[in-house]
Amino acid sequence: MPDSAPPTASAPLLRLERVIKHFGAHRAVDAVSLDLAGGEFFCLLGPSGCGKSTLLRLVAGFEAPDSGTIRLGEADLTALPPHRRPVNMMFQSYALFPHMSVAANLAYGLKGLGLNRAQSAERVTDLLRLVRLEGFEGRRPGTLSGGQRQRVALARALARQPRLLLLDEPLGALDRALREETQAELRAIQRRLGTSFVVVTHDAEEAMALADRIGVMEGGRLVQVGPPRELYERPASRFVAGLLGDVNLIAGRLGPTEPGGVRSVETALGTLCASGAGEAGASVVVAIRPERMVIGGVSAGGLTGKLSEATFLGDRVRYRVAMADGTSLRASAALPGAGPAPSVGEAVTVTVPADAARVLPA
Amino acid sequence: MSLFARTALALALTFLYAPILVLVAYSFNASKLVTVWGGFSTRWYGVLFADGPLIASALVSLKVAALSAAIAGVLGTCAALALDRHGRFRGRGAYTGLLYAPMVMPEVITGLSLLLLFVGIGLDRGIATLVIAHATFATGFVAVVVGARLKGLDRSLEEAAADLGAGPARVFFGITLPLIAPSVVAGFLLAFTLSLDDLVIASFVSGPGATTLPMRIYSQVRLGVNPEINAASTLMIAAVGLVVLAASWLTGRKASAA
Repeated sequence: MPDSAPPTASAPLLRLERVIKHFGAHRAVDAVSLDLAGGEFFCLLGPSGCGKSTLLRLVAGFEAPDSGTIRLGEADLTALPPHRRPVNMMFQSYALFPHMSVAANLAYGLKGLGLNRAQSAERVTDLLRLVRLEGFEGRRPGTLSGGQRQRVALARALARQPRLLLLDEPLGALDRALREETQAELRAIQRRLGTSFVVVTHDAEEAMALADRIGVMEGGRLVQVGPPRELYERPASRFVAGLLGDVNLIAGRLGPTEPGGVRSVETALGTLCASGAGEAGASVVVAIRPERMVIGGVSAGGLTGKLSEATFLGDRVRYRVAMADGTSLRASAALPGAGPAPSVGEAVTVTVPADAARVLPA
Repeated sequence: MSLFARTALALALTFLYAPILVLVAYSFNASKLVTVWGGFSTRWYGVLFADGPLIASALVSLKVAALSAAIAGVLGTCAALALDRHGRFRGRGAYTGLLYAPMVMPEVITGLSLLLLFVGIGLDRGIATLVIAHATFATGFVAVVVGARLKGLDRSLEEAAADLGAGPARVFFGITLPLIAPSVVAGFLLAFTLSLDDLVIASFVSGPGATTLPMRIYSQVRLGVNPEINAASTLMIAAVGLVVLAASWLTGRKASAA
């Protein structure tokens, strides 16, 4: 696994070492090791049931690992109960205390921090200002809108000024329009406070919009960690490629390494040039993002097929090209300018730039 | 509603409540004869409140109901918490069954077994044995009521409290207990009425000087029904009805607030 280094060279804030957690016979978290830098915005991305929430709950202390260690700075958290861990969590359901006012919710975590009454009140006021909810201190959670509840939950989780904040699907319950706005707000708050955030999400677009680095989980394992762009452009497996966005996967056999690192791959559609590693003769797939495919006239050279579908999507057009072997390829392009646009039923060629094609294990 | 449904409902309600309505009506009968209407009067309520032994029995009943409901409330809540919170511990199924068994056990058997126990350990029969016996059979009911509420409680509320630095005691008294309080009170009220109503178990385990109201009424009825007993029964129906209404209001309210 190409584990890219955290953005700063200093000692990691959070360090997970070979953390394993079983539920019965099911291995929910499988030997996960991860370093997180201070001030980093990290997203754990994966489909439901991949173990990302369990990993978060292990860090928060609601689950105990079967083996492995969890350290925060110098402290070993592994054996500490949740109320003694210097990390806080924002829950997917928000978990606001329904029998308390907004202010009492925010102040709940301040007990035991050695603040006097005035300091507590001031902290609550600061938190309300941070999430733009001034004037809501006396309201009960039940009287707030979803977006307001989300902000109270965030403020409450930040009340103890943790160095690490865990967020379980923080935007999952918001509608689409609000979500985009809240993403930007979350990012701004994280930058301003310098707190490390670990966000669990199943939404790749959200992860890419938020994170400095993304960790992709599959079947309890952390399969790839890196900045969003790296994961999108150089996925390590077809799983990661498919999770991060739409992708064409073409099966083939890998040829020998050629000068410049370019590999030729024999596929049912013809020979493709791609980049990536692997032994010559190995069965592989070539992954190409639809927006990197170039659709042209018959004379242009490349793979030939018949345009079977062209869907207008406003800012771009999505094409589907039926190939000779019965498969179809997806391509998308910005709206064609002055040039003639291919029409459905026409024979077209699909060109794949070598730098856009990645060789992945089959 | 169709005519059939309406008729069926009317018949069912008549079947259930006609005897009670007759009893309530005759408690306001001026005549001393139970079956002959002699005009409206509240004289039997006056007679009732002047009847020292009957009042004493009512006080015994109230005292036993309050004490046993308090004990059952605490024990039942603890039992519900244990069943709900500690996952699949060894013997959980057996424990659940044991808790619910007294609810379906014939009261004669519960009463007899408690009597044997009290005699066996040499405990003098009286208020104390009544309280213990009623607490025993009401605990299961409280556990069911509180357990239903706990099942609907979002576990992440307690986790959030712990995450914010609260130890187990602060989580329980600050979060869990306030949120399940309506069901605990409803369970208490249920246990209270169960104790107030009970005749069979009380007959086994009470002793001299600890005659409950149902026992007193039953023994008087055996000598012949008189309108005073109708009046006492009417007051008891009113008391139990009010308590049950309060309990259902509490359980209904928590369901809509959650």
